[in-house]
Amino acid sequence: MSDSTTTPQTETHDGDHGWIHIVPARVLLAVFAALILLTLVTVAVTWVDLGDLNLWIAMFIATVKASLVALYFMHLRYDKSFCTIVFLASLVFVFLFIGVVLLDTLQYQPDIQQWQRDQLP
Amino acid sequence: MTEHTACTTDGHGANAHPAWLAHHFHSARQQYESGKLGIWIFLLTEVLFFSGLFCAYAVYRANHPAVFVDGHHLLSTPLGAINTIVLIFSSLTMAWAVRCTQVDQRKAAAVLLAVTLLCAGTFLVVKGFEYHHKWKHGLVPAHEFAPDEQYLESRIGAHEDGSTLGRDPAQRVRNVRTFLGIYFGMTGLHALHVVAGIIAIVWVLRRTVRGDFNRQYFGPVDFVGLYWHLVDLIWIYLFPLLYLIH
Repeated sequence: MSDSTTTPQTETHDGDHGWIHIVPARVLLAVFAALILLTLVTVAVTWVDLGDLNLWIAMFIATVKASLVALYFMHLRYDKSFCTIVFLASLVFVFLFIGVVLLDTLQYQPDIQQWQRDQLP
Repeated sequence: MTEHTACTTDGHGANAHPAWLAHHFHSARQQYESGKLGIWIFLLTEVLFFSGLFCAYAVYRANHPAVFVDGHHLLSTPLGAINTIVLIFSSLTMAWAVRCTQVDQRKAAAVLLAVTLLCAGTFLVVKGFEYHHKWKHGLVPAHEFAPDEQYLESRIGAHEDGSTLGRDPAQRVRNVRTFLGIYFGMTGLHALHVVAGIIAIVWVLRRTVRGDFNRQYFGPVDFVGLYWHLVDLIWIYLFPLLYLIH
């Protein structure tokens, strides 16, 4: 196989090679180590009772892990920001979707509970 | 350097291009960036696709937290954690396979893709054991639901953190049924994505072995990788949401 030192630029249409970003091996390994560590932390946190906070801590850790995967394994950090915009756009609509549905369902919950109480003999 | 310069000889004349560069693209870079935009838009639709299930989860959890407190006692946290680590490791090998493809290390790329496949298979086998274990106790969704009450008592009744509703056996069965619907829906759709990922990785592995890729043309490996990372990313949320309920 050829390598960059012996191969002349062989692409036919453009000469620049700068558009390819190769993630350094140590970055991949560091991200992997961080992801494993965070997985262990998120399991360990469930051993402590923090009430409602447990859910938010778990979601925060999951989001940190997801960001690491997206930024480094999925190269968003090195890509054109348009890819990040596309990805974040999907998340905006997910939050909108879940947020509005939750607002609605929580709004009617007291009525449902009242109805259930009324059904009791 | 042979494949880099393997130009088509079908009468393109001065516009000759390598076999791997589609005729309608101006350059390798343009081809790659078009593909990348395409896969990201696909991933956007995937996120929205899964959001329906996440929304169902949020609605049930916000209104009926006891469903999840009771239900998660049926899941094995160690198995869930092992599968999380397996998937994270497979993401590492996938990202590394992309890197190897980019620097023309074809053999290493093939080995790493094979390891990724092995991890994907391991994930499904572990998931299969988990599903089987529930099946054995009648804990299946919808019409087949026929819970083994003694089993539920031993798994859920022993825990003090269940809500008052959860200690009522009839309510507990209803809670478990709702939880399992959400559990099988979310993990089942995710497992289908793992199967699709396996098919896609087999495809790029075959093309890697055949020598289709080079330092200018590695898009398909990269794009399958992006899809695979998204599957990992969704699991990163599913694991705490289903297994780690406090």
